Amino acid sequence: MKKELTIFDNPQNVKRLRIGFFIALVLVLIAEFFVEMHGEFSVEHFFGFYAVYGFISYVLLIFVAKLIRKIVMRKEEYYDE
Amino acid sequence: MMSNMLPPALILILGAVLIPFLKGKAKAAYMLALPIVVFIVLLNLSLGNTWVTQFWGYEIIMGRVDKLSLIFSYVFTIMAFLGVLFALKVKDNLQHVSGLIYAGSTLGVVLAGDFLSLYLFWEVMAVSSTFLIIASRTKASREAGFRYILVHLIGGLFLLAGIVLYIQKTGTIAFDYIGLTGIESYLIFIGIALNAAAIPLHAWLPDAYPMGTPTSTVFLSAFTTKSAVYLLIRTFPGADILLVIGGLMVSLPIFYAVLENDIRRVLSYSLMNQVGFMLVGIGIGTDLALNGAVAHAFCHILYKALLFMAAGSVLQMTGKIKCTEIGGLYKTMPLTCLFCIIGALSISAFPFFSGFVSKSMIVSASAHEKFFLIWLVLQFASTGVVDHAGIKVPFFTFFGHDSGIRAKEPPLNMLLAMGIAAAFCVGLGVFFQPLYNMLPFPVHYEPYTGAHIVTQLQLLLFGALAFTLLILSGYYVPEVRSKNLDADWTYRKLGRFAYSVLDKGLNSLNRFSEGILMGAVKTVAYFFKSATAHIALFVSVNIWLLLGYRDKRLEIKKARLYSDILEGTLPIGIGAAVAISFILLVFILT
Repeated sequence: MKKELTIFDNPQNVKRLRIGFFIALVLVLIAEFFVEMHGEFSVEHFFGFYAVYGFISYVLLIFVAKLIRKIVMRKEEYYDE
Repeated sequence: MMSNMLPPALILILGAVLIPFLKGKAKAAYMLALPIVVFIVLLNLSLGNTWVTQFWGYEIIMGRVDKLSLIFSYVFTIMAFLGVLFALKVKDNLQHVSGLIYAGSTLGVVLAGDFLSLYLFWEVMAVSSTFLIIASRTKASREAGFRYILVHLIGGLFLLAGIVLYIQKTGTIAFDYIGLTGIESYLIFIGIALNAAAIPLHAWLPDAYPMGTPTSTVFLSAFTTKSAVYLLIRTFPGADILLVIGGLMVSLPIFYAVLENDIRRVLSYSLMNQVGFMLVGIGIGTDLALNGAVAHAFCHILYKALLFMAAGSVLQMTGKIKCTEIGGLYKTMPLTCLFCIIGALSISAFPFFSGFVSKSMIVSASAHEKFFLIWLVLQFASTGVVDHAGIKVPFFTFFGHDSGIRAKEPPLNMLLAMGIAAAFCVGLGVFFQPLYNMLPFPVHYEPYTGAHIVTQLQLLLFGALAFTLLILSGYYVPEVRSKNLDADWTYRKLGRFAYSVLDKGLNSLNRFSEGILMGAVKTVAYFFKSATAHIALFVSVNIWLLLGYRDKRLEIKKARLYSDILEGTLPIGIGAAVAISFILLVFILT
């Protein structure tokens, strides 16, 4: 039997990954001060526009998908009946 | 120099026919050699038309070689090689033969300079790909394959009708830019758009592709839709309707991808979303946008194949591919997991992966043209890709809840195919210049500006933050075994309903009408039959009276004649006599 990877069975490692992720989030926000922004649209000039838009899009996507599920979901065998 | 070599399409199609006669290592080497030979032929092509023949006064061009057809031919050939390598251990000649014929006919479509050869290869493509769907040899795959071929044959008819009208109008079978102008152009557009899975003609894709074998779906993911993208770039660049269709395609399928339980169906909806980006690019129609569509097709073919290969590996090694049934596979399939993550990062357009250098061209083009709404939709869709393909596919397959399955890594050839595809994904993301040099228009675009990297990372990472928060708080869409209704409902349920309505309605109408009609016919027939009898009797009785028959003997004679006429047992002589007497009567009365 080959050796298994169990790296994410350890909650400590999951926690480290999460902390690393949060640091990355802060870094990409701060980085906006150090690059020259050149957007075509005025909304792009708001600080953190992309971060906010990405977050909101994602949440919207999930909640609208849940609504759609109420309409379109059927049993797996729907077409076999 | 090239005229003494076969066109790439024929190398693969004719070459595929020999596969069943070979065995073992020779067979493997032969199958791998075919795409390599094609690639060498492609590298030696010079721009212009080659393989031109005359056919009934028309010019058949099997090699329209320009930058656009070349770059698509390259990536399709690379894909054919990867597909063969991935499926090398499969003991099923049907898949090998139809896979290579499918790839070959796609090359035929891409290199065709005339409508005749285009249509021929187009239909070969539809038929050969159907065999890849039914290769699973299950009831579900047979039925999906049947629906698939029906839809594509109908699409083919639209294309054919358009081509016929086009030839009638222009007098030539050669084609290039068409543009949406007349009825023939709309028919051609519908035929091509159906193969691009353009909404609302898309349902065949998520219906059929997940039904293939672990290896055949990899082939399917690459060729049909992207050859349609190629044709749209050539024939309908700048068509406004593509902005609408593309906008719908980047956004609507991602909701389904979020809900879907079958990983390969998630990837199918994701494929539609990616083709949507290309269609938007074609709809914008500027040099930058068209370059973006071509580059995106190139990168997409490779990372989408990589994702389907990872899913195929999981399916082959575990026998399962539904989110509810798998999970935690990174423990024993770390390499497959790594390749899947590379594919996921590429499709999410993470900086230094292939999707970034291609998708950003399309998004930038929409910004340059000040298409604000389209631009917002594209950015929204980019976040959607992060969810379903970037996070959902690797997370629920390799992490998520531990399913307890401890499957081994797939065989070496499958790992190798994934490794090469993954290398392309990273390579194209870092060394993008060779790709840009191959694009049809001169490129003045720099993907790696500070602002671009930072904004893209913000979009992606804060999307991922939303995922993290939603899944930790339990608000993320739960994994459920389910079937989500899509447009195929119209011909799978509504169609069946319509059939039963027609069956019950029309058939009872049929019976009713038949009753009326038959009654009328019987009455009329009886009338004419008895009319003859009565006329015959009238004539005969008078003759008999003259001859001296009376009372009983006369009654018997009358009864016999009457029944003889009605039952048709009249001796021929008497029949003739009746006919003559009828004519006599008519003669007397008029």
